[in-house]
Amino acid sequence: MLRYIARRLLLLPLVVLGVTFFLFFLTQRLSPEMRASLYIKDPRQMGAMEEIIEKYGLRDNVFKQYGRWLGRALKGDLGYSQSANMPVTQAIKEYMPATIQLAVVTILLVVFFGVWFGCLSAVYKDKWPDVLARLISVGGFSLPIFVLGLLLLMLFYGKLGWFPPGGYSIATDTVIHLPTFHHYTGFLLLDSLLNGNIRVFIDVLRHLFLPAFTLCLGSFALMVRVMRSSMLEELNKDYIRTARAKGLTERAVIYRHAGKNAIIPVITLAGIQFIRLLGGTVIVETIFDYPGIGRFGVTAAQQLDIAGIMGFSLMVAILFVLGNLVSDILYTAIDPRIKLNE
Amino acid sequence: MNKRIWQRILQNKASLLGFVLIALFACVALFAPLLAPAHNAQNPYRLPQSSYDITPQPPSAQHIFGTTEQQYDLYYGVVWGTRLAFKIGLTVTFFAFLIGLILGAGAAYFGGKIDELIMRFTDIVFAVPSLVLAMVIAAMLGPDIKNMMIALTVVSWPSYARLVRGDVLSVKQRDFVTASKALGARGPRLLLRHILPNSIYPSIVVASLDIGYIVLTAASLSFLGLGAQPGTADWGQLIALARNWVLGNGTNTFAYWYTVVIPGGAIFLFVLGWNLLGDGFRDILDPRQGS
Repeated sequence: MLRYIARRLLLLPLVVLGVTFFLFFLTQRLSPEMRASLYIKDPRQMGAMEEIIEKYGLRDNVFKQYGRWLGRALKGDLGYSQSANMPVTQAIKEYMPATIQLAVVTILLVVFFGVWFGCLSAVYKDKWPDVLARLISVGGFSLPIFVLGLLLLMLFYGKLGWFPPGGYSIATDTVIHLPTFHHYTGFLLLDSLLNGNIRVFIDVLRHLFLPAFTLCLGSFALMVRVMRSSMLEELNKDYIRTARAKGLTERAVIYRHAGKNAIIPVITLAGIQFIRLLGGTVIVETIFDYPGIGRFGVTAAQQLDIAGIMGFSLMVAILFVLGNLVSDILYTAIDPRIKLNE
Repeated sequence: MNKRIWQRILQNKASLLGFVLIALFACVALFAPLLAPAHNAQNPYRLPQSSYDITPQPPSAQHIFGTTEQQYDLYYGVVWGTRLAFKIGLTVTFFAFLIGLILGAGAAYFGGKIDELIMRFTDIVFAVPSLVLAMVIAAMLGPDIKNMMIALTVVSWPSYARLVRGDVLSVKQRDFVTASKALGARGPRLLLRHILPNSIYPSIVVASLDIGYIVLTAASLSFLGLGAQPGTADWGQLIALARNWVLGNGTNTFAYWYTVVIPGGAIFLFVLGWNLLGDGFRDILDPRQGS
């Protein structure tokens, strides 16, 4: 077990190096002039194109250039993001908490509703709750999140005005930039509670709800399926018959006995989905104009902001690899029948 | 074996529905030139534009599905978008599977260092969520349909490589392979004539059912402006044109519903069809499920 973890941790830098080199190699498809123009902030500098190319060594071979990027990255300097108008590290620091916050709220919604629907579906197998849950889960896999997002925006913002897009309202923006508002954690939901400012908390939650709900969709569908089949498997086991035979109520049998065991695979799945969500936020954050790392990545990609793209991919790769490792470990911790060996 | 699988697919209501949906879409794609005569013979995927008026127009006799902003015809877009969806899905799946097949079979057959090298490379591609990686690659190559297909191929082949590698590794151990070795089969002949035909059938099915997912990812890229460009008959692109109109016209929020619902409905039904069909196949191919 420990050897497996150590091996995977040792592979982590290699994988991250691979990803970043691969992407860096791709950036070389852009001409040196195009890459140099990223350094130009003033039209009057256009004449100095050659100097800029010389100064930053944009014609050097790709290994040399990658080496320079890596050297700076190791020192914590990921360059300046043109699209976000700030250093990449600062952009990550600023946008990451919002995305994590979104992912946490989403995963809570997914687990809660997934377990609930999955349970209902298993207990009422082949009756209408089951049919409904299965329809939702098949539909959820097939409906693109950008279509759902736009429809929800139409209904809940356009028509009802309940959940506005963006990260928070202008009033909140003013409050959180006051010197009296302390940023303890960087997560606005937590910080607003720690500051005792319930209005900010509610405002942030209001802006969080629609993106979280939209993001739920794919994971929710998966969660219902897993919970349903896991619950069906448990309900067929002998101990359930025993529990029923000794006269327990059906409620106790379902929730205290079967449900408790059936939820195990759901929890591990939630761990994996959490990491997937971090990647899946790119579309949702773009639709709802939510100030997270996904929107930062999309804007960087759209505007060919190379420093931004590299920083974003680096961040996502590290999170993704670490997250997959954690969920592998969770698997073995929960189900000892699974052995980690490669 | 083929006949039995098809019988079971058609007996199940859900997978039958999937089959019907895909068949319908295939007909639309096939007969696109009849359903919506191309106005531009050189590039039929280019949408006709009746004027440059910014406001979408509701369904009418002239435009039965209405128009998007800048007066692109939605009916034309949905019909030719179907053909484009098949084109993207089939091309990407074909090339991704081909690359996955060559590298996966090579890795399993030769083993050792080659195996390690190829599999570590798949790890790299797996280390970033596929939509994110495709997005970055498409951005660097420049947004158009061809580059989008390249990006999707690059992010899709590793899963097939792993699949094929696993298949080949398990078949390699079987007795008939030892037998054919004993009979003198060597090298490429052993791999191509004996191992591959007996191992890749399930993988091909799995791969072909990914078409729905690939079209979904392609639509996402176009929606983000990193795939098909404005004016292309591409579903994701059509929905991107709807983004400015989801809040309606001030008096009626749902005034421009058709700009989202019509192209969105097309993607939904297309992907739904593949998913339903895919579930049917997976149930049949999964030995644990029994019959």
